[in-house]
This record gives sequence, structure tokens and C-alpha cells, in this order.
Amino acid sequence: MSAADTSGAERGVAEALPNSLRAGPDPRGRFGIFGGRFVAETLMPLVLELDAAYAAAKADPAFRTELDYYLKDYVGRPSPLWFARRLTEELGGARIYMKREELNHTGSHKLNNVMGQILLARRMGRSRIVAETGAGQHGVATATVCALFGLKCTIYMGATDVERQKPNVFRMRLLGAEVVPVTSGAGTLKDAMNEAMRDWVTNVRDTYFLVGTVAGPHPYPQMVRDFQSVIGEETRTQMQEAEGRLPDVIVAAIGGGSNAMGIFHPFLDDPSVRLIGVEAAGRGLDSGETAASILRGRPGVLHGNRTYLLQNEDGQIDEAHSISAGLDYPGIGPEHSWLADIGRVEYVGATDDQALDAFQLCTRTEGIIPALESAHALAHAAVIAPTLSPETLLVVNISGRGDKDIFTVAAHLGVTL
Amino acid sequence: MSRIARRFAALKEQGRGALIPYLQACDPDYDTSLALLRAMPGAGADLIEIGVPFSDPSADGPTIQLAARRGLKAGSSMVRVLEMVARFREDDADTPIILMGYLNPIEAYGHARFCADAARAGVDGLIVVDMPPEEADLLDGPAVEAGLDIIRLVAPTTDDVRLPVVCGHASGFIYYVSITGVTGTRTASSDELAAALPRLRAATDLPVAIGFGIRSPEQAAAAVRAADAAVVASALIATLEDSLDEQGRATPDTLPRVLAQLSALAEAVRSVRKA
Repeated sequence: MSAADTSGAERGVAEALPNSLRAGPDPRGRFGIFGGRFVAETLMPLVLELDAAYAAAKADPAFRTELDYYLKDYVGRPSPLWFARRLTEELGGARIYMKREELNHTGSHKLNNVMGQILLARRMGRSRIVAETGAGQHGVATATVCALFGLKCTIYMGATDVERQKPNVFRMRLLGAEVVPVTSGAGTLKDAMNEAMRDWVTNVRDTYFLVGTVAGPHPYPQMVRDFQSVIGEETRTQMQEAEGRLPDVIVAAIGGGSNAMGIFHPFLDDPSVRLIGVEAAGRGLDSGETAASILRGRPGVLHGNRTYLLQNEDGQIDEAHSISAGLDYPGIGPEHSWLADIGRVEYVGATDDQALDAFQLCTRTEGIIPALESAHALAHAAVIAPTLSPETLLVVNISGRGDKDIFTVAAHLGVTL
Repeated sequence: MSRIARRFAALKEQGRGALIPYLQACDPDYDTSLALLRAMPGAGADLIEIGVPFSDPSADGPTIQLAARRGLKAGSSMVRVLEMVARFREDDADTPIILMGYLNPIEAYGHARFCADAARAGVDGLIVVDMPPEEADLLDGPAVEAGLDIIRLVAPTTDDVRLPVVCGHASGFIYYVSITGVTGTRTASSDELAAALPRLRAATDLPVAIGFGIRSPEQAAAAVRAADAAVVASALIATLEDSLDEQGRATPDTLPRVLAQLSALAEAVRSVRKA
């Protein structure tokens, strides 16, 4: 163990320093040129109010205590860091660990953020919650806490996604949420986001918009990152306990980028830790049917922030494509765009087919059925693990469980359920 | 003095308010939309807003969403929109043209190049829905340099602390979004408007236009009674949409019906005498 690693471990979750990569965003909500608050004037006062309310909550120890209570006894944290022995043997190379976010209540990392934001919404006196969802993981998490606290809940979900994620739609309705299928555009996450913003602008007085990823107008990217950073903080401590040092490589899938940001952020100031974000390449990065916003997009403005977007030369936003509804979005959180530009995080792609293979590999070797989103991270881990030495510690973030995806996977494997 | 300021000054002299109709560029096709644009001043338009089609109009209701989709399908782009304005300017040097839309197509075009080309085409002002004053730094400079007014939106949620900030960045006129919501849905009551206007007047000397939810001649008249101008968008687009054939193409009815509605709105607006 090197001296640098020791000091990094001792620093742990300490407050970010001004010259740290963890210091962003600036007061305007910018990470470099990315981020900001590009919303209609009607929403601007609400976004500013949210910023102030979040800052006050963050400074209040009682808020932290309350959140910790729910994270432990309701969400089920900490999630384990699992040494994937058979997968490691099968791939040959790096020692592969899995951060088991799929074991959280509701089956994904989404509840970490939702728990934080619902406590904030309650502090702000809001009685109605709206949210967008792609795969339905964020929608289920949101509907869950609304049931827990007795709040009205409306979830916007693209009509295409309603079709391919039926189990989650049924779950949300059981939980008492109204699920509104959105038919505009291609009926996926981008369209659900538009419709949730339209609801918010119409119902500003009583409604809280519970954004599910590290995107949207400031302070959402920062706030969601803060709530998700528990993933990386635990990983840091757990790897210390398991191996006595920091991990060497961390791999996470990216749609909007919340699970990746959550596990990356506590390691941004540790240059020895290689961070890799895996975008959904869809049918191939150059197939025209992809969701790889950083690898194939350009900076632009959508949904409240400036970030990398899939768009045509006229600035019209392209439809994304991915087998995974949760990654099927033509943008990405602004902090990722900045981390890509400064080169701190590597961004790569994994195709639909690679994800399907990794889905089966993980299931077969570890007895863990990963979400198709997480399978993209596993796919890239499977590519690089054999090229790394057996001393290399590689962590894959298993952001969600795959039960919701078995119909999609079965269809691709030619099986009728 | 800009074309917008000149027009408002002239109307003030005549003792009446302004009617600002809206059309979506290339809806349902380039030629129809250019013909409509050219005919609007004759039917009573005092200023005209041209919606720039965007794939993700998150502040618009269903009517304008569909219009944007038709416009894009018909091949709209920023280049085409500016070309349309230039064609309009060939025989109308006086009616102010305001482009209304979202920021990304402007970013994709390039802020400075866009402002220069827009001014050259004959555009007078810009309304960028998702660009609050805090995020206007990249566009403000080039717009001023090109002589384009940046028209600011004020909403019912804009509080007294924020109002001077918003008005401080504005030029041309202030666009008062009279309801909380998307375009073309609810209509503000006369009481709501009467309550909102004094607050605005105290914060700015610019003319005030009221938009979002104005559908009927009566509502347009009520808006100019309270403020200086009425913006009518979704109601005109709904008429246009209703006139299309099953494939979404223009019919011989399209222009006459939209223009008849515009004339009725203009008549109501002009019937209001202002001191």
C-alpha cells in the first residue's frame, strides 16, 4: 500500500477542498461550461428556492440523521461489496468486486437519491410529487417513498417504455402512483422528462419535481450526486477492509449517470483510481442507433442544463437507442461532460449485444441477475479484466437487479414467456 | 429606434394596443407558412412571433408541440426560418418580427453567427424560452451588437426580488406569461391580470404583452385593456390544424380560416381605446 493510498483512505468522505475535483459546481451550477439553470422563467424562482432549501438541509445535522436512519433501516444500507470469485476465474485477470446496489429496497441505486429528495420535499411542505422514469426503476423508487409518506405521486413514462417495462408499471400502480404514458416523440425517457417539466410548470405551488439522475437544472445534478455518493463512500471503506487499499479501476454504466457519479465522486481526487463510465452504444457507436451522448454527441442545452447531447446539425435532439430503457436518453449529467473534457473519467461504449452477453455471464457465474443497465458496465469489465494483472482490483457497480428485464432478454434470446 | 420600439410608439400615438399573432415556421409547409406570414399584417397583426420548431418544446402544450412536429417534418431548420423572414422583409419593412423558441438550435448555429444572420434577415427580437437572464451571457453581447432585442418573460412566480433582475435585462417589450403552465391551456382571469400589471409597470417602462391562454377576441381585448399587447398563438394554430387534410397538408381553407380569426381578434383589440 502506498502512502498516497493511506492518506486517501483517511481523508475518506471529508469535505471537498477548493482545489479539488470534488468542489463543483460553482454558484451558478456550472461544471466548467456545463450545467447551469436553463429553465423557463416560471420555474426559475422554484429552482432558486430548491437550491436554498437544499443548502439549508445539507447544513442541518438533523436532516443527515433522519436520512441515515431511512438509508439504514428502510433502504437497507450499506450494500455489500462482493468479491466475484467465479467471474474473476472465468475472465482471468483482475480481481472483480461488485458493489451490490441491486440489493437495496426496490432493487436499484435509485432509492438513495429518492430518499434524500423526499425528505427535502417534506421539509419544503410539498404535497405532490412528479417524476420521470425510463426503465421504471426511478419511478418505482419514487412511488415507494410516496406510499411510505402518504404523498400524491404522478410518474411520467414514455409509452414505449411502459410497454417494455410492464412489471415496473404494475408495481408503481400497486404503490398508489398514477402512471401517465407519454406518446410524444419516441415515447422514451426524453419525452417523459419533457412531460414531467410541463406538469411542474403547471402545478408550481404544491408540486415537487423529483429528478432521478444527475441532470436537469442546478441544483439537481449536485444534489442527486451528493445523495448517490454514499455508493462510493461505502466502496472506499469496504475495499479498505477487504484488501487494505483503494480499488484500481471502477466501472459503471451511464444513462443520465447517477449510479456512476455516485461511485466515482468520492474517488475523483485519487489519481491512482481509474474511473470508466460505460455508455450504451446501442446497435453500435456508428450505427446511428445509440445512446452514447459523450462519445457521439456535442455540447448543447436540454432539460435545464448544458451538456453533451445527441443532436443533428440544426440542434434538434436525436432519439437515443438502447436495449436498456434506463440508458435510452440522448443526454448525460453535466458533471460527466466536464469530467470527460478534463480527462479524469474515461467514457467507453458497450453495445446491446455485449450487454446481453454480460447479463447472461453474470447470472451464470455469480447467481446475480443484473439490470440491463448494469450489464453494460459488466460488458466493459469483461473486455478489460483479462488484460489486467491479477493484483488489479476492479469494482463494477451493479446498479440494479434484472428481474424487470427478463421479458426483454427472453425476447432477444428467442424465448417466449 | 428599433422597429419594435417604433411600432409600440406609433400605436401609443394612435391610442390602441397591439395584436401579436404567432405562427410556427414551416407549419404545415414552408410555402403555406410564408404565405400566412405575408398576409398577417393585412389581417391586423401589429407585430408577429415566429415559432422556431424544436424537437423538445418542454414549455409548450399539445397544440404547439404538434405544430413543431409538423414544421420539422416539413424540413424546418434555423436556416429555413431566417430565409422565411428575409422573404417577408422583401415587401414589409415595418412589421416587427420576433423569433420565439428554445436555446439549443441557436447554440447549434453559433450565438454570434446566429445574431448577425438573424438581424440581416430582418429579425427584430428574440424570445428564448429556456434562457433566463442568469444564463443569457453568451447571447446578450452578440444580440446587442446585432441590434436584436432580447424579450424577457415574466411569470406569475417571478417575485418582487427577482422582477427588477429580469426587467433589467429586457429590451423591446416584456412578455408576461399570464398563467403558470404550458402554452394554450388555461386563461388568466381579468382579476388576475389587473392584479399583476401594476407590479410590472412599477418595475419597467417597456411595453407589456400578455400571452399564454388568450383564445377569443374578448380575451384579447381584455389583455390590451390591462396591458399594451396581446399574444395569440395556440388558438390560431388550432384553427390551422383543423383546416388540414387527413395527411396533414394545407387545404384551400387553411389561410382564409386563420386570417378570418386573426381579423376578428384585431377588430376586438382595435376597439379598445387607450388613453
